[in-house]
Amino acid sequence: MSAKVGIVLVSHSAAVASSVAELALGLAGGGGTAPVAAAGGTADGGLGTSAELIQRAATAVDGGAGVAVLVDLGSAVLTVKALLAEGDELPGGTRLVDAPFVEGAVAAVVTASAGGDLDAVAAAASEAYGYRKE
Amino acid sequence: MLDADFFRRWMTGMAAAVDREADRLTELDSAIGDADHGANLRRGFAAVVKALEEEPSGTPGSLLVLAGRQLISTVGGASGPLYGTLLRRAGKALGDAAEVAPVQLAEALRVGVAAVAQLGGAKAGDKTMLDALEPAVEALAESLGESFAAAADAADQGALATVPMRARKGRAGYLGERSVGHQDPGAASAALLVATLAAARGAR
Repeated sequence: MSAKVGIVLVSHSAAVASSVAELALGLAGGGGTAPVAAAGGTADGGLGTSAELIQRAATAVDGGAGVAVLVDLGSAVLTVKALLAEGDELPGGTRLVDAPFVEGAVAAVVTASAGGDLDAVAAAASEAYGYRKE
Repeated sequence: MLDADFFRRWMTGMAAAVDREADRLTELDSAIGDADHGANLRRGFAAVVKALEEEPSGTPGSLLVLAGRQLISTVGGASGPLYGTLLRRAGKALGDAAEVAPVQLAEALRVGVAAVAQLGGAKAGDKTMLDALEPAVEALAESLGESFAAAADAADQGALATVPMRARKGRAGYLGERSVGHQDPGAASAALLVATLAAARGAR
């Protein structure tokens, strides 16, 4: 069986990142889920963004099919963009996905778990912006 | 010509300035941000100095790339990837020459500041570090890299000019009109970066 797209969830808060990962994996259903890693907060446990945690998470979920990175805001966005700009600081095939954090994470994990490729995962996560709530 | 020691003096000087001014930066950031700018930059530039001490060789370009990488890795706030990108891009633009002419540094900094604008999606007048950085690199370029003092003055004036501006980027952007009347902490730290550059040149 071919590798699934890995998902990295980057939040200013470790609790938010790990909880959203848990939520997305829970909604993706049992068995055969895509690899998901949370990269929340700073390396010392505070609120913020850690390039090191992001790199570690991306490496952990990289199975060769690409890595979709979802971020919350501010420094999380800029740190991932800065790492990607260098070309060698994240695994090849890593992509920052423009998506709402919670809804996008669920869409990404469900799509990746079903065997969708990186384009499909990114598209599903981005489409979550289009779901109106009123 | 500017050698590797010049760039070490700049970064060491910035670390000392950030350490000295950390409380002021955090105070500015507590008005319109999340009150961590001083502490974040103190941690970041302390890591820069440590990394430079462990790298006794190095060219102007490679030292700036190393410094930029440290900032991206250690700052923990948006200023990390922004200042990190500035130094890294400027370092790459300098190439691997052992010494660079001031006019080359002026051009490299212009490239670095343009990369910051692209990364953050901000422009002049958005109440960000660009309001200090852009006038500084313009002043330096106009003097063909000769007037570091003019660059530092332009950065100071640019930072002060952010006081009446309305923030459009980052957390301060959520405050809208309520951000008016406060100096942008990123512009304040950017002015320090240019002031310490001028000091490394003996122009301040």
